[in-house]
Amino acid sequence: MTDRNIPVTEDELHAYVDNELPAERRSDVEAWLATHPDDAERVQSWRAMAEALHARYDSVVNEPVPKRLELERLVQQPRRWLYGAVAASLLAFAAGGGTGWLAHGAITASPSSFQMFTDDALDAHRLYVVEVRHPVEVPGNERAHLQAWLTKRCGWTVRAPELDATGLKLVGGRLLPGPTGPASFLMYESASGERFTVYTAKAATETTQMRFTTQDKNGAMFWADRGVGYVVSGTSDRERLAQVARLVYDQADKGEKSGG
Amino acid sequence: MIPALRRYARALARDADIADDLVQDTLVRALRSEKLFLGGDVRSWLYTILTNLNKNRRRSLARRPQFMPLLENNPDASGTEAEGRDIARALSTLVEEQRAVLLLVMLEGLSYREVADIQGVPIGTVMSRLARARAHVKASLEGERPALRRVK
Repeated sequence: MTDRNIPVTEDELHAYVDNELPAERRSDVEAWLATHPDDAERVQSWRAMAEALHARYDSVVNEPVPKRLELERLVQQPRRWLYGAVAASLLAFAAGGGTGWLAHGAITASPSSFQMFTDDALDAHRLYVVEVRHPVEVPGNERAHLQAWLTKRCGWTVRAPELDATGLKLVGGRLLPGPTGPASFLMYESASGERFTVYTAKAATETTQMRFTTQDKNGAMFWADRGVGYVVSGTSDRERLAQVARLVYDQADKGEKSGG
Repeated sequence: MIPALRRYARALARDADIADDLVQDTLVRALRSEKLFLGGDVRSWLYTILTNLNKNRRRSLARRPQFMPLLENNPDASGTEAEGRDIARALSTLVEEQRAVLLLVMLEGLSYREVADIQGVPIGTVMSRLARARAHVKASLEGERPALRRVK
């Protein structure tokens, strides 16, 4: 309950005009304004000011967007996934008539088969990162052999990215059954024993934006690029995971894709 | 979203081409940034980028002499045009931070919390900037039209 005798402050006058005042205080402010004409005049002038601003500038909102601001022009290949989430939300916002915002998690482009793909990758992550003696099949010091073997079995060029820049070294890799064929599975480790895995397999979707998901203490970032799905699993710390995922993406980009 | 950004930029920078330059730079930076993976309010973030870009632009302008375009003083203008110039002129008398706060709250309808995040200051600072901005603009508008009751 508010005490009508508490004087109304300057801040409350502004908050009243800007709809930032708690509901229970509104009637107190209105009562105050009825008995304080100077304050009432100021409040009225602020309302008139808002009208003047809208009268002068709202027309810009109705102008056609100039060509140079069209998202399609600003988005460049091949960094498509990096632009995807923001571009998708901006376009969806425009299509939705300009009310509300899509939260990051609501950006959906992938069918449910992609969710299963990520679940498989996270299952593999959880299964193997706890292995002390046999985390991988082929160790990281046999990188050339590892890459050649996985490329031959999987059917696209498998390259183990260099993640030294984020403090990760290659533990090694193994072959796994993927949803429609073999999957390559690489494990990386930091000096402190933090482990990340990179799971790739043929995906049903061509190309999607990058998405983030968590399961218990694990996080995964996943995307599809030209028919190959990638899942980078590791910490649920999103910033750290994004840092690693970006490096993986950048290097996959430079690699050759067989077919496509 | 982009039309509203253009409106904010136009009110902030006044010149239509400079305003669209700001919006373009904002979108390009947004599209290149990793921050988009971290979720959060994209709209606020875009306003933040644009506000900072304009701040940088004005700082570099301040270092060189500039010709300010003469404001047309056309006595035959219709009431609305004259009023439009009045509010634009009033805005130009504000310091950068006050102008941004005024526009973000009154024109773009953002909350005090959002503006505080955009400017990287406490809400109290936002409110004092808003109060001063409103006082200055009010004084400026009333100075232009002496027919109105003069507040002492």
